[in-house]
Amino acid sequence: MSTVLTNITKSYDSEKNVLTDVNAEIQTGEFFVIVGPSGCGKSTLLRMIAGLTPISEGEIRINDDVVNDLPPKDRNLTMVFQSYALFPFLSVWDNVAFGLKARKNTSQAEIEERVNDALKMVNLEDLKERKPRELSGGQRQRVALARAVASDAKICLMDEPLSNLDAQLRIKMRQEIYALQRKLGLTLIYVTHDQVEAMTMADHIMVLHDSKVQQIGTPAEIYKYPANEFVAGFFGVPPINILPAVKISDGRLNVNNDFEVTVDQQVPTDDLKVGIRPNELMIEKTDELHANATVKTIEFLGDEKIVYIKMSNNDLEVAAVVASDAEFKAYDSIKVSTTEKVLLFNGDGVNITRNAEDAVNA
Amino acid sequence: MLKTSTTDVVSEKKAATTQRHGFRLNAKDNYYASIFLGPSLLVLGLFVFYPMLKTLYISLFLTNTLGKTTVYVGLSNYAKLISSPDFISSMGVTLFYVAAVTVLTVGLGLLLANLASQKLPGIGIFRTLYSVTMGVSVSVAAIFWLFIFNPSTGFFALLSNALNLPVVNWLTNPTSAMWAVIITTVWMNLGFTFLILLGAIQSVPNTLYEAADVEGASPRFQFFNITIPMISPTLFFVSTITIIGSFKSFGLIDLITKGGPTNATNMLVYRIYKDAFYSGNYAKSSAEAIILTIIIAFFTLLQFKFLEKKVNY
Repeated sequence: MSTVLTNITKSYDSEKNVLTDVNAEIQTGEFFVIVGPSGCGKSTLLRMIAGLTPISEGEIRINDDVVNDLPPKDRNLTMVFQSYALFPFLSVWDNVAFGLKARKNTSQAEIEERVNDALKMVNLEDLKERKPRELSGGQRQRVALARAVASDAKICLMDEPLSNLDAQLRIKMRQEIYALQRKLGLTLIYVTHDQVEAMTMADHIMVLHDSKVQQIGTPAEIYKYPANEFVAGFFGVPPINILPAVKISDGRLNVNNDFEVTVDQQVPTDDLKVGIRPNELMIEKTDELHANATVKTIEFLGDEKIVYIKMSNNDLEVAAVVASDAEFKAYDSIKVSTTEKVLLFNGDGVNITRNAEDAVNA
Repeated sequence: MLKTSTTDVVSEKKAATTQRHGFRLNAKDNYYASIFLGPSLLVLGLFVFYPMLKTLYISLFLTNTLGKTTVYVGLSNYAKLISSPDFISSMGVTLFYVAAVTVLTVGLGLLLANLASQKLPGIGIFRTLYSVTMGVSVSVAAIFWLFIFNPSTGFFALLSNALNLPVVNWLTNPTSAMWAVIITTVWMNLGFTFLILLGAIQSVPNTLYEAADVEGASPRFQFFNITIPMISPTLFFVSTITIIGSFKSFGLIDLITKGGPTNATNMLVYRIYKDAFYSGNYAKSSAEAIILTIIIAFFTLLQFKFLEKKVNY
């Protein structure tokens, strides 16, 4: 009982692939997030699972049945669209009942019961007579969710469902969707470009970039052991700092000719990059003679500050997160160093940190 | 104290704005309004309102053959019309014609627009073909169809011959003459109706259909439960336009049947024309014109009322 994607490839003009060789297994009842920057093919992948876009190569199995050639209605799933796809001429109640009426195999009494239950679950009972145009963005979103809830399909696909909402509402709906998924035991396949949404909701995340799967893993795995430079940079705010490095000796690296770091592993190559999360970067004020960087700007976030820094060599920019009482101001001369918790990438951007390879391959 | 005076200023300003919104204009506004509206009012007055009022005026009199009014008779011209079997039959013919043309034009237009909105290779060719009649003038269309209806060399005659069926002389039989006019009118109207409906269908968001696909709605269910409701304002609009347009049909009738045979296609407008310019009965014809105006005004009003309510769903 799962959804299995095998060697999925999609191309529209047989020249450039929109998706290349995507493999994944989505367990029943899990919250699976497909994340990536815009244009990475994540919506296309979702539409192929839904059956709205044909597959060029590969195979999709839902519960052991190959569904490649099945029309959407026979795949027993529901979908929530970015635009919500509500029917403007129907009331909230009729919008939720649309699918049940269309399938024509549900009795009137059952339709009433399921629609009323679904509306209750998303707190829209009082608005069931309203038309979509009389609802706020968040309420429209809830109608779309209710439509998915009312259907008895156990797989639900969502295509950037929160991107039309403002920031606060997005956080609220994020929690509601998560709670709903847990409560109903839905298999939820969720597409987003927002790494925070992916991190906060997912059981497993698939990171797509350049039409290829970069990594599949739990949020913790992806954050701690990113498969490559792209994944490392995609998750975390502010993003990870990537700096060039050279080997001094095994276990000792020179980073950007500015500072040194000790690593607890063999370093196979000389062509290296070091990834340092902003909270692992250490900075202290110093005189110009000992400085290896300058403060550029500072963002105050309440209990912490983000300090944006220009390195002396190569003019590279990095960011550090410090306590909010640390006193830094623009143009301060500072000395940058790091803890030993760094990630190592080879010249191709592949993560070669010890433990990382094991974690990624696990 | 200071606070009160500020409030006063604000309320005064508010009052001034309300007046503007209520179109109570001051002298300066009036001056500008008349400058901007003057030219169009002049043209409209000269070519629309004056003839309309003049027609109404004439319809209350008897006239001589030059169209000069002679004796005031009140509504007696209208009374005579309403009790004249000739006029009643003409109204009947007109209503039948309007109903048939509207149903066929909108029905066929909807069918073709729905077909042409499918995403198929080469569909652009069909879209062009279906809308091409928009570029054909009434006289060309009439001559073209006269050839088709010709009982010895026309397409229908040849077809009947080939199938060993009796040849229908389209334009001399009252029933078939009516249908000949209807077919020609529908053919003329179809391009425009098709194009407007195609535009409406194509502006229905695709995700609505995708959502319905996922939910398991059949194409038929989608057509009646998504397409039709989504384009209902446009459907109503083209229906009204077609109704009004076919009430005013003149060119095709004049060129194809001249109201015949035996007044079978003697529509209201053609009757107005003949009564005025053949029989010289300007009073009668004016009364008929006023009746036609009332009918068309009714449909126009209906259109506005309905669209007001329906346009936002």
